[in-house]
Amino acid sequence: MVRMTGSQILLECLQREGVSTLFGYPGGVVLPLYDTLPQFPAIQHVLTRHEQGAAHMADGYARASGEVGVCLATSGPGATNLVTGIATSFLDSTPVVAITGNVARTLLGKDGFQEADITGITQPITKHNYLVMRAEDIAMTVREAFHIARTGRPGPVHIDIPKDVFQEETEFDWPTEINLRGYRPTTKGHSGMIRRAAEAINKAERPIIISGHGIIWGDASNELLELAQKAQIPVITTFLGIGGFPETNSLSYGWLGMHGMYHANMAADEADVVVGIGMRFDDRAMGRFKDFNPTATIIHIDIDPAEIGKNLPTAIPVVGDVKRVLPDLREHLDQRDRSDWLAWIDKVEEEHPSLEIRETRRLIPQEIIRTLYEETNGTATLVTGVGQHQMWAGQHYFYDNPRKLVSSGGLGTMGFELPAAIGAQMGTPHSEIWAICGDAGFQMTMQELAVCVDERLPLKIAIMNNGYLGMVRQWQELFYDENFVSVAVTQPDFCKLADAYGVRALRVETKAEVLPAIQEARNYDGPILIDFHVDQDENVWPMVPAGAALSETIEMPEKELAR
Amino acid sequence: MTTGNGTRQAQHTVVAIVEDKPGVLQRVAGLFRRRGFNIESLAVGPTEVEGLSRMTIIVDGASAPVEQVEKQLYKLIDVVKVSDLTHEDAITRELALLKVRCNNVNRHELLDIAGVFRADVVDMATNSLTLQVVGDEDKINGLITMCQPYGVRELSRTGTIAMTRGAKTTTVHESEPEAIARVHQSQGRRVESKELPFSSD
Repeated sequence: MVRMTGSQILLECLQREGVSTLFGYPGGVVLPLYDTLPQFPAIQHVLTRHEQGAAHMADGYARASGEVGVCLATSGPGATNLVTGIATSFLDSTPVVAITGNVARTLLGKDGFQEADITGITQPITKHNYLVMRAEDIAMTVREAFHIARTGRPGPVHIDIPKDVFQEETEFDWPTEINLRGYRPTTKGHSGMIRRAAEAINKAERPIIISGHGIIWGDASNELLELAQKAQIPVITTFLGIGGFPETNSLSYGWLGMHGMYHANMAADEADVVVGIGMRFDDRAMGRFKDFNPTATIIHIDIDPAEIGKNLPTAIPVVGDVKRVLPDLREHLDQRDRSDWLAWIDKVEEEHPSLEIRETRRLIPQEIIRTLYEETNGTATLVTGVGQHQMWAGQHYFYDNPRKLVSSGGLGTMGFELPAAIGAQMGTPHSEIWAICGDAGFQMTMQELAVCVDERLPLKIAIMNNGYLGMVRQWQELFYDENFVSVAVTQPDFCKLADAYGVRALRVETKAEVLPAIQEARNYDGPILIDFHVDQDENVWPMVPAGAALSETIEMPEKELAR
Repeated sequence: MTTGNGTRQAQHTVVAIVEDKPGVLQRVAGLFRRRGFNIESLAVGPTEVEGLSRMTIIVDGASAPVEQVEKQLYKLIDVVKVSDLTHEDAITRELALLKVRCNNVNRHELLDIAGVFRADVVDMATNSLTLQVVGDEDKINGLITMCQPYGVRELSRTGTIAMTRGAKTTTVHESEPEAIARVHQSQGRRVESKELPFSSD
């Protein structure tokens, strides 16, 4: 065994866990760690401009690549700045390991300079967290943290290390085995339950699959496709489940929820058997719980038993890893013709098209997203913020593969887009990444433009600039009698701002400029920003008002259609 | 109205075997706060296995479906095993210390009451005596009610602890039940028919 410092052990362990990129920001108590970094040239450190950026970058890195993202911050304010990003990962179950320094052990609990009880703070927003009090515990902690982050239902894990633990010398011993007696995720589904589920599906006239983020993290897209094709079951996804089932497949009926497709919401409401797979029956997806398709038999397949029955009563629960459960289930399913049911949904879609882009005089964001889809043939990865532009990016781009839409769904974190896109670009360097930004959310984290330049990323940044907190404005218009309060956002000239950072910039104000700008961005090998000046009054449709049922989905009103 | 094990109907008795690590109590308490589960009583102590602690939690069942409580507890990495003893035949016990006002005239009455409740006198002064009582919640409530006319000067009671009757255990390791049974038999305890360990209440 070799004697090493805590810092060396930490970096050695990260390297052994396959970490090649660290998103971080130095500060007092992590100086020993930064001092050691040059000894590990295989680990690239990306200096962010704010710790929140580091947390979102690690998250975006994880979502795009499927690998664990790692971020790093100092104690106190550095650590608390990570909190929004960690909570974002937690709500969307993405594997991130967040590492913070803390004050030396002798000062812990004494309110020393830059001390915050950060493990106390992150405890309810992490899958697990650690305060490491001895250098000899670092190796096992890192192994456990990565294991916990990436297995079962993934999630963020936080490791807090006091300054003098980084400096402490000890024998390094790479633990070969992990023994967490309180953590044994169930992977194989209960065979009796799977048979019951299959029987219910086989008997069903109008079954529907609602597939979620778990299909993507469970790497079960193919298994889902094979199952749906065998039994001819239509598939709708949740917002985070987009891409888990190919959207151009004839069995794909888009996604459901507050801004989901009209026909998807109606199909979910009409189905006699609802099969939720790798999803959690969230309120934004299901509408008013008590009126979500009250007559349907609900089958729920998920790796997290606590999600079963949490929001909706479940008739048939199957706890397990979708990658293992779906093939088992498929075996018991009958090949069936369900063309009547599919035709029913097709007819609803035909009569109530949700994705038609109407002719308008002014430039509307839907058209930009659709042009981007057509120009890229659906091959790009879109990373969005939160709000109207997010919904349009989900609706008007069609995703045939997992990990092509990166978005903060559960926590709904504005400002996620730019740093998450940077992380996505670094995690998948050969992908074409578009950060689809709102003009307000962009201003929350725009300092990370500097990172695009530092790292010479070929990132394309598209701002849907309507001068408003668009989604909030929409709600004030529809539900608060057009009493518009604090929603008009003044903004800098984004092109000048980009220029100041050394990022190339284009401004687009007319329809005719859209395609050339997109083409120019695609051909440019470096960070480029397009400031799209779009119609200010455009609303997202369809819409299930907060607290309404899916059956009460509202389509675009006549007066807006005519606009 | 009480269930078989002496807890009120809306109450659930949940036993969690947890890693004996710093911060575990906060994780459990934080989980209950965040999910809106009300804790009526909580008792924490070591188990027969080194490194594991046992938490007995009485949950207000009206605040949460007990199934969710169990599942959410299981999600904590440091929680090794969760058991719901609500509908089990289980022994539940609390301990209480009561300092009751008394004088030379009524001290005997109090001692009679203590006798009925099998409470021990653990301290005595000229104008007070301190009783220690062990039992389920109802028994302790009963003693308190009886003492109130004299003046309860101070009351301290523990959380409830619980254990199933019969051979069934809520431990993590089934550590050689026959060997344990032999030890207990050699100590002259009563062993119920087929059940290995010992219901001697």
